[in-house]
Amino acid sequence: MTAIPAEPARRDGGGIRAMASTLAPFLGLLAIAMILPFVSNDYWALIGTRAAIYWVLVSGLNLVVGFAGHLAIGYVSLLTLGAYTTSVLVAGNVMPPVPLVIALVAAGCVGALFGVVVGLPALRLRTFYFAMSTLGFATIVTQIALAWQSVTGGGIGIAGPEFPPPFDTAWGFYYICLVFAGITTWMSANVGHSRFGRALIAIRDAEVAAEATGISKPRMLIAIFLFAGALAAFAGGLFATLQTYITPDAFTFDLSVLFFIAILIGGRGSILGPMLGTIILTILPEIAAPLAAWSTFLYAVLLLVIVLAMPGGIAALLDFKNRRPLASHRAIVPRPAGLAEALPQRDGGKTLSLRGVVLTFGNVRAIDGLDLDVQPGRIHGLIGPNGSGKTTTLNVISGYYAAKAGTLSLGADALPPGQPTLRARRGIARTFQTPRLIGEASVLENVMIGGTIEGQATFAEAMLSLPRHHRDERMLAAKGRALLGVVGLESLAEVRADRLQHSELRFIEIARALMLRPEYLLLDEPAAGLSADEIERLGALIQAIAARGTGVLLVEHHADLIFAICDQVTVLNLGKTLAAGTPAEIRIHKEVVSAYLGG
Amino acid sequence: MLASILASGLAAGAIYALVGVTYNTMFSTSRVMSFTAGQLAMLGGVFGSMFTLKMGMPILVGFLLTLIACAVIGVITEFVAVRPVLKSLDQHLYVLSTLALALMIQQVAAIKWGTEPQPFPRLIGWGSGAFDEKFWLPVAACALTIIGLEYLYRRTLVGRAFVAIAEDNFAARALGLPERNLRVASYALAGVIGGIAGFSGGELLLAFFANGALLNFYGFVPVALGGLGNNRGAIIGGLALGLFQQAANFLVGGIFSSVAVFTLFIVVLLAAPQGLFGAATARRV
Repeated sequence: MTAIPAEPARRDGGGIRAMASTLAPFLGLLAIAMILPFVSNDYWALIGTRAAIYWVLVSGLNLVVGFAGHLAIGYVSLLTLGAYTTSVLVAGNVMPPVPLVIALVAAGCVGALFGVVVGLPALRLRTFYFAMSTLGFATIVTQIALAWQSVTGGGIGIAGPEFPPPFDTAWGFYYICLVFAGITTWMSANVGHSRFGRALIAIRDAEVAAEATGISKPRMLIAIFLFAGALAAFAGGLFATLQTYITPDAFTFDLSVLFFIAILIGGRGSILGPMLGTIILTILPEIAAPLAAWSTFLYAVLLLVIVLAMPGGIAALLDFKNRRPLASHRAIVPRPAGLAEALPQRDGGKTLSLRGVVLTFGNVRAIDGLDLDVQPGRIHGLIGPNGSGKTTTLNVISGYYAAKAGTLSLGADALPPGQPTLRARRGIARTFQTPRLIGEASVLENVMIGGTIEGQATFAEAMLSLPRHHRDERMLAAKGRALLGVVGLESLAEVRADRLQHSELRFIEIARALMLRPEYLLLDEPAAGLSADEIERLGALIQAIAARGTGVLLVEHHADLIFAICDQVTVLNLGKTLAAGTPAEIRIHKEVVSAYLGG
Repeated sequence: MLASILASGLAAGAIYALVGVTYNTMFSTSRVMSFTAGQLAMLGGVFGSMFTLKMGMPILVGFLLTLIACAVIGVITEFVAVRPVLKSLDQHLYVLSTLALALMIQQVAAIKWGTEPQPFPRLIGWGSGAFDEKFWLPVAACALTIIGLEYLYRRTLVGRAFVAIAEDNFAARALGLPERNLRVASYALAGVIGGIAGFSGGELLLAFFANGALLNFYGFVPVALGGLGNNRGAIIGGLALGLFQQAANFLVGGIFSSVAVFTLFIVVLLAAPQGLFGAATARRV
């Protein structure tokens, strides 16, 4: 259980100390694992090897369960698949025997394939449905292993593969499994701390916001299902070797439960936590022999306790950094001057225009033939009473709703209706009425999510920590910090977002949206819940953003803010334009005054 | 062979349908899908065998005690695994808490009852061949349960209160309905339905601890196909699933029937995530 979690982001800012404190627990575990042979007997070699093999599987599954939040409870099926694939290929039941290395690679490929097959439902279904489909798959694999006697040996079983010397002794095999565990830790930590890992957590905790930043859920999930499936099946090959002889009975559902619960006890979105969880759950029944029969019961009790009493798991216990109290009475002081670096000057942008847009929910015409033109570099206010269709208009522009009629275009190009993940690439960014952030991620990580689509490195490059991945991380972290400076929150960069106050979350959302260097920025009630001072500073910030050439569409109830900073104002009522013009014209418009402003 | 397929298909289907109704009954008042649904049906068989064969009680007494025991387990589910996580329903913690409880139930059954399938008594002794009571009993139990539920939901005040909570929780609470007590009651009712499923299917499935996980899956398939909370969908889906499974079982063999059911499940869910009779999802943004 070695580990070198690559964290280039911290290498710049946090310095070597931060990295050392991240690495220390992994190195400590490695040291303990290395001296184990000298202080114990072969029995512990077996347990240690088992823990290492389980961790090979769990390190991949952790990305599915802990990071992406998909409750895959039947992963023993992929372990079974890998164990049988390796054993059958080495034994030569269906074709001439192949060398162990090739068999293990083949198992990995089969596992990756079935990892995606099992995972496919997760693209459309969440939680219980997905849990059920993995459970169903687990029952089927065992049944097939039992019934397909000519290949698997049925209930009698099949001999597992053997590693060549020097790995054929108990401790030799232990060390090679340790090496594999180290490599998988390194790879999964690389993915976890890359833009892919952050995107997975974003999909888990703030799916709508993730779509607005252009994160494609299917591509992201398929990548980790491939990865987790391959690791699980590879672990299966090692497991078959450890068992020396496998029957379907060896792959009980209890193993699935162990893998799954190890991650939840460890804590979501952590690498160290689930690793400790795996070790603890593997050792627990061994040190208390009478408990062995009750081990699954014990795991279940642990799971219940974790869910009810300690949702953060071990990782939250170990998170000392976020226990330090934050300064109270924090004032947000944005520094719009910083925009000169963070946001390039745009000239001669395209007009964002809506023509005759209609959107109905049942019989309600939420938007009823709306025309709207937002100019680059201008601030366009969108006001109106509750239910007049302001937020709905933003949702149509950012693709969450497909308009029933009418067109949406950016310059000469039409914007495809109803495809939120494509908006970020077209330069349209937005914030939400209730901030949609990842509470468990740091403020900086939340902002970096905004730039996910700008990364160049592929999933494989991130996994192997290749140079392009480091360049991405440095670029995203630098931009994120610069934008946090712009909105005045750089001192909170490393703090968990759920510890911040509401007004700060609004500014984080703006910083995240600016990561895209958007052509158009859609703001949904950014001033709600802010103090008068903060609203004033927000106004100055929005003006500075527009001055860089970004068009701003501002939905807001604070009429003062609207009239102070907007170049154009459109007033909606019942989904139609009630009035449009400059703030000065709107302020004296009779119907607006009577319908909305009061007077 | 057609007779066997129909008999065993309808019998298994009726059990799946009842487990589906158990899921729905818990879901209707709490918006929670509970992993204990299949375990309740497993306990129906285990308790039934325990009371009548092990303890030698009369069938009727054993049946009533089984239902009471299952109702108690249902109420425990509500208290232990559902109520504490209702506050944050959007985090789907109930998946984990009910899974934990289901595992505990299963493990206790495995250790205290044994891991081998044990016999279940003949209850009435009518019929043979395709009309053996082990085939028609689950179907009759399913029909009677549905009639009973329909009567409850349409004709009684408590039943209407259930429907009100299921339709609109907030509005029902605003009307002053005792939402919490009704929820507990619905979990007891779910326990009873699960118990009926297990007891009536006892001769077919035997008293076996591993039935819980199996019924969890096969009982969930009709719910997923029919749409969450839709009892009619669950019944149609359950019977169709039973027939499909047994037909595949007789025609192409056991493993392929499992593979076929699983494939059907995945394909239907990918094509119609709300189920065939379900309603569209809520607004996301």
